[in-house]
Order: sequence, then structure tokens, then C-alpha cells
Amino acid sequence: MSTTLEMVSEEEIIEAEKKAAIRAKIFAWIIPLSTAVALLVIWQAGVRFFGVPIYIAPAPSDVGNALVGSFPLLMANFWPTLTEALAGFLVGNLSAILIAIAFVHNRTVERAFFPIAVFINTIPILAIAPILVLILGPGLSAKVVIAALICFFPTLVNMVRGLQAISPQALELARILSASKSEVFWKMRLQSSLPFLFSALRIAATTSVIGAIVGEWVGATRGLGALIIEATFNFNSPLLYATVFLSSGLSVLMFALVALTERLVIRW
Amino acid sequence: MQGQNTMSAAPTGSRSAIAASLKSASVRFGSYTAIKDLSIDIAEGAFYTILGPSGCGKSTMLRLVSDLIPAAGGTVSIFGKSTEEARLAREFSFVFQDAALLPWRSALKNVELPLEIGRKRGVKIPKSNRTPLELLELVGLKGREDALPHELSGGMRQRVAIARALVCQPRLLLMDEPFGALDEMTRDHLNLQLLKIWEETGVTILFVTHSIAEAVFLGQKVMMLQAHPGRLREVVDIDLPGPRTIDMRDTPEFTRYSSYLRKLLETC
Repeated sequence: MSTTLEMVSEEEIIEAEKKAAIRAKIFAWIIPLSTAVALLVIWQAGVRFFGVPIYIAPAPSDVGNALVGSFPLLMANFWPTLTEALAGFLVGNLSAILIAIAFVHNRTVERAFFPIAVFINTIPILAIAPILVLILGPGLSAKVVIAALICFFPTLVNMVRGLQAISPQALELARILSASKSEVFWKMRLQSSLPFLFSALRIAATTSVIGAIVGEWVGATRGLGALIIEATFNFNSPLLYATVFLSSGLSVLMFALVALTERLVIRW
Repeated sequence: MQGQNTMSAAPTGSRSAIAASLKSASVRFGSYTAIKDLSIDIAEGAFYTILGPSGCGKSTMLRLVSDLIPAAGGTVSIFGKSTEEARLAREFSFVFQDAALLPWRSALKNVELPLEIGRKRGVKIPKSNRTPLELLELVGLKGREDALPHELSGGMRQRVAIARALVCQPRLLLMDEPFGALDEMTRDHLNLQLLKIWEETGVTILFVTHSIAEAVFLGQKVMMLQAHPGRLREVVDIDLPGPRTIDMRDTPEFTRYSSYLRKLLETC
């Protein structure tokens, strides 16, 4: 009798724990969502109550209207920026990875080029963008290079650290197994660098979008950056806000892609 | 009587066979002398434990034998070969204090690592009479071959490391405080398992430990080293019958050996 009672109560406990877990999950979503909705409502009410002109601060409903009404225009400018950000992401990270590998295998190369890399990193991207547009022209390549440049340094530093992140004992093991340099690289260093690489790629996912937009500010007729400039000059604030939302949406998309890939690749 | 047989089987079988021979071997790190004039012959098939205060060069001695650090003076030979030749012939393997497993490889893949590495440096990888899977079974990890290191306990990780050390069927096994970080229950269990493996494989073992009880329990001979500079103080024969059991640690003989070694250690 008592055992049945206990078993029932145990099942009940498991059931209750499951329910509590689901409730906690819902709460984790509901709290930030409802906070965001509340802020939007306050924004809407504030703009209407104080009678703020639409070109100074549009209400959320105006921005929503612009998002729907100008959707084809927004999309026409979304794709170029996506292309530039993606290409910059690939070029910047790939070159950072390759240079990191060269650094780790040759100290002289590191001594020669690391100070230059640091120097380039200290130049504000806004200052170097016009120079690159002058050199490369108003086409795609300047934006890709700017996006690549902004990704480059964090990935370089993280990748170098990651490639050196093997434990001393693992290196002793490699020596006892008479491993060659390339065997140590392919069997140990590369994998041990991956967690470091992905934390850099998470940063690069969002900064590459910034790079592409900055490039478009300096000289472009298409792209979200160009649309931001155009909307500002035309006092089209609802469109400006809608473009800004879309830009951050692009960053979130890139970030989510990196995070998803990381989950698939790193399972240790 | 039968126990006596087991314990002395290896040395009497081939009295002249020497696994490792150190002749006035010295190790220096800069101006610091880590080991001075160390001479000893390690009989093939024997189980040596190495005790000594910190700074006596216990770990350094294993690293000297395993060709990780060079001798500043004297000679070291393993089965009549230089340490480098012995390394390339996979005559010895090493078990570290931290298991030094590659975290992205499963238990089985970690055991297989030595079979994949070394050909480029001219290692002819020896065939073991046990497959990696059988070795995992030997160390009691049947069914866990697909587990990643982070899914295993500290004791299990160390057992994977032992299986990895056996995969090329070495004649000499060097163990640097392999169970130092484990709790006492796990350590007892692994001590017994190691003795079983030693009896089954006939491998010669050099085992560094901090624990007097572990040194007496495992060793046929205890090498006591002295510090500053590291040198050999005494080799103590442990004449306990085998196969050894945990209960044996409560016998008067065991206590006699332990207290002798403790007093010896105090003067080192």
C-alpha cells in the first residue's frame, strides 16, 4: 500500500517537475517579449501624447507601415548588403585563419607582421573606409574589403590563441608518438582552435554587417547603408527606422547561422 | 607460495634482460641540476615505483627515459637502444597525470590515436595482439567506446589513457602519478586493475607516485630518490606475495615497509 502510494507520488513529482520546467521556459520567453511590447506601447503613446512630428520620431505604427509599404524597396537594398557582409565575412575570416596558421608555425612571420596587424586594427573603420573607396571605386569590392577588415583582427587573435591552446601534456604525447609538425596541426591544433575560432566568428557575424553598411555610407547607390543616408536626407524617418530594423535583422541572421554551425561542429 | 611465484615470475624468467639502463645520467635545466649521476638497471617485466620528495626529479627521470628531455651527461638506454631509437620503435609509452585525451575524440578514437601518428617521422607502428576495442574492454570500459572524454569520470578518462598507452604493445610503460588526482576508492580500484594488466601483458612499469601506500602496494621495487640535486637514495625490495589484495595493506609486513619508507623519505 505504502509502496504504491510512494510510486504514485514519485510519478507526480516527475510530472510536476516537467510542468515547472515548461513554465520556466515560457517565462524565459514571456518576460523579455512582454517588456519589449510594453516599451513599444509607451513609445507609441508618448509620440502621440506629446504630438512629436513624424520626421523627428515616428511611432512604431508608422515604422510598421513603412516596413510593409516599402517592402520591395527595402528588399532591393537588403540583398546587396547581405552579399557584401557575407563576402567580407568569408574573406576576412579566411585570411585571418591562414595568417594565424602562419604565425603559429613561424615566429619570424609573427614578429614581422603582428605589429602591422595591430596598427591596422587601431585605425577607425570610419577613417579607412573613404580611402578604400577611393582606391577600389564605388563597386562591390570596397565594401567587401571594409567588411573583411573589420572581421579580421578579432579572428586573427583568437585563432592564434586557439592554435596554441593544446595542453603541455598533449604536446608531450605528440612528441612521444614522434608526431610530425603537420600531424600535430591536423590531429591536435586545428580541433583545439575551433572553440576559439567560433567565438571570434560570432563577433565577426555582426561586425561584417557594420562594415558593409559603413562602406555603403561612403559611396553607394544601393544597399541598406545607402538607404539609411537617403532616408535621413529626405526626412523619411519611418523608412530610416525600418532600414535600421532590417540591418539589425541581418546581423541577427548572420549570428544565428554562426551559432547553429558551432552547435553542429563542436560537440565536446 | 603460489603468490611468491607470480611476483617473481618476470625477473627469474630472463634474469639478464634489462628494460632500461641509466649510467651516471644527469639532467640540467640551465644552471640547475635536476638529476645527478643516476645509475640503475630496470629489470624487464618488473614493476618499479618511484618515490621521493618534491624536487627529487621523479618526473624528470621519466621524461629522460622517454626522450622528452636530453641527458646532460651519462647514458640512457632502453632495451639496448638509444632513447630516440626506442621512441621510434614504440618500445615505451607514457601515461600522464592528467589523462591528456583529445576532447573531441571518442574513447575509442583516443585509444586509436597512436596508430594514426608517427609514420612521417619513420615510426613503424607495431601491431598489438589486442584491438583498441579489446583494450578498452581490458580496462573495464566496454560499452563506453563512443563516449567523449567530458562524458567520462576522471577515473574512466585515466583508464582510456592506459588503454591508449597499451595500443602499440610497448615493453616499457612510464606512468607519472597517473592516479594522483583521483579519489581513494577509484585509486584502489585502478591500482588492482593495473596490477592485473601488468600480469597479463608482462610489461615493465616505472610508476611515479606521491603515496607511500601506493608505492608499496604496486611495486616489486621502490626507488627512493633524494632531492637537490635529484639522485638515487635506495632501492627497496618489496617482498609481499602476489597477487596483491587491498586487505594486504593491513598486514604487519606492509606496515613495516611503509614505515621504513616514511622514515627514509624524511631524511631525503
